[in-house]
Amino acid sequence: MRPVGEGVALLTVFVLAVFVGFEVVSKVSSTLHTPLMSGANAIHGIILVGAILVAGNAESTLTLVVALVAVVLATANLVGGFVVTDRMLHMFRGRGRGPGGGGR
Amino acid sequence: MTPTWAQLGYLVAAICFVLALKGLSSPRTARTGNLIGAAGAALAVVVVLAADRPRNLLAILGAIVLGSVLAVPVARRVQMTAMPQLVAVFNGVGGGAAALVALLELAETSGAGGWLELLAVAFSVLVGAVSFSGSLLTFAKLQELMTTRPVLFAGGPYVFGGALLVAAALAVGVVLDGGLWLGVVLAVVGLVVGLLLVLPVGGADVPVVISLLNAFTGLTVAAGGYVLGNSLLLVAGTLVGASGTLLTRMMATAMGRSVQNILFGAFRTPAGAVAATAGEARPVRSAGADDVAILLGYARKVVIVPGYGLAVAQAQHTIHELADVLEQRGVDVSYAIHPVAGRMPGHMNVLLAEADVPYEQLKEMDSANPELRTADVALVVGANDVVNPAARTSPGSPIYGMPILDVDSAQAVVFLKRSMRPGFAGIDNELLHDPKTTLLFGDAKDSLTKLVASLKA
Repeated sequence: MRPVGEGVALLTVFVLAVFVGFEVVSKVSSTLHTPLMSGANAIHGIILVGAILVAGNAESTLTLVVALVAVVLATANLVGGFVVTDRMLHMFRGRGRGPGGGGR
Repeated sequence: MTPTWAQLGYLVAAICFVLALKGLSSPRTARTGNLIGAAGAALAVVVVLAADRPRNLLAILGAIVLGSVLAVPVARRVQMTAMPQLVAVFNGVGGGAAALVALLELAETSGAGGWLELLAVAFSVLVGAVSFSGSLLTFAKLQELMTTRPVLFAGGPYVFGGALLVAAALAVGVVLDGGLWLGVVLAVVGLVVGLLLVLPVGGADVPVVISLLNAFTGLTVAAGGYVLGNSLLLVAGTLVGASGTLLTRMMATAMGRSVQNILFGAFRTPAGAVAATAGEARPVRSAGADDVAILLGYARKVVIVPGYGLAVAQAQHTIHELADVLEQRGVDVSYAIHPVAGRMPGHMNVLLAEADVPYEQLKEMDSANPELRTADVALVVGANDVVNPAARTSPGSPIYGMPILDVDSAQAVVFLKRSMRPGFAGIDNELLHDPKTTLLFGDAKDSLTKLVASLKA
């Protein structure tokens, strides 16, 4: 069991992150709703870090196998998410939107 | 204990994620933002491997390679029209991974943690499972592996409510008892809840549900971060949970609906559905492709309103071809894009961009409505609810108050439709019976191909 102080510190981080999360997307244009959702989707693939932690500490073969499944799934979320977001945004480029936007 | 340098590395990664979301909110910085996010993720993975020195390093690296090999080719090659369901799958597997991580942590500690940690475990297992099964079901709906209509059965709301109660009881059990098996049962119930949540949602509303499940997965990851005492997971998951919740609400507002209405609206029979069936018998004027081609060919100004039907028929290239043919004849062509046109908010912009439609021709709501007032023909391709004047004129209508494109202000209106079936909102569109409206029935792509052919002839 972790000390109470550490739990409260994590809770503080959580509450502050909620406000930051609201703030950063509050002015997004509807054109970018889909890429933004896809990008946010990629970011939660960072559960990969958690999956690596449990896989690294696995005691039995069963827990290791389950943890490795989690690693595979999390990697698919993380890597696939960023790649598909990039492809989506690529479509918006080179459309003569302001100087330097065209030429391809 | 995590070394200080590793914690600082996580901090940098967390900053990258904040900057990524910030960047993704503006067209100019979106791509850079996404790359910053990816860089932050890569940094975090390197840090955890270096700091934790996992015993099964080779197996873990192998699993990472396998996950990348599975995901990257699909992400690179997927049709842009099929992209929403791919995002759903990625979201689902992420939620599944988070649920598994929480279950494993439960197995390792076997209930030795404090009640707050066990609560976070229960939350992570339940919501992760909901996100997993719900996302895979949205995939099945969008991929049309099953019906895209709402699936309802007798007592549906009670079954759903009952499943939620069982899940809550099991979650309490996990907190009190801390046993692994209760956690596993909780996960199974979570899978059922996810299916029951998504089944009654209709195809056109599924994107909002994907966004909601995306926020769920974010919160799951945040809870996982609390369990593991990892600040990066906590921050990243919370960011996605908070921004995803806000985004879900913005998407629903753009469709003139509330999130509750989207999730549970199908449980109640909308009053408007009755009017819709009564309206089917009324006369409409339909015409062949040649007649419509003449109407378009001799117009001075045509405004195209692409919608869901265009996305389903994958007709974005054909509509561009039609626009080109019209422009060669000297017709002024532009596109009026409703914020929720396509299968997701903003999806139509992506689709038309893929078909190389010049950006300047795309008009958003505010500039599109004045254009429509001076247009000779408004060509509505597979859209219905977003052009229904009932949103302006009949306060009793379910879509009343939703911002719409005023196609009725154009001189003439042409609808390309598959059938007289009403749009997703299930209400009749008066405009279809208006004397200045012409209907061309058929699949959007076929109809557009015929129009191009007869214009070239």
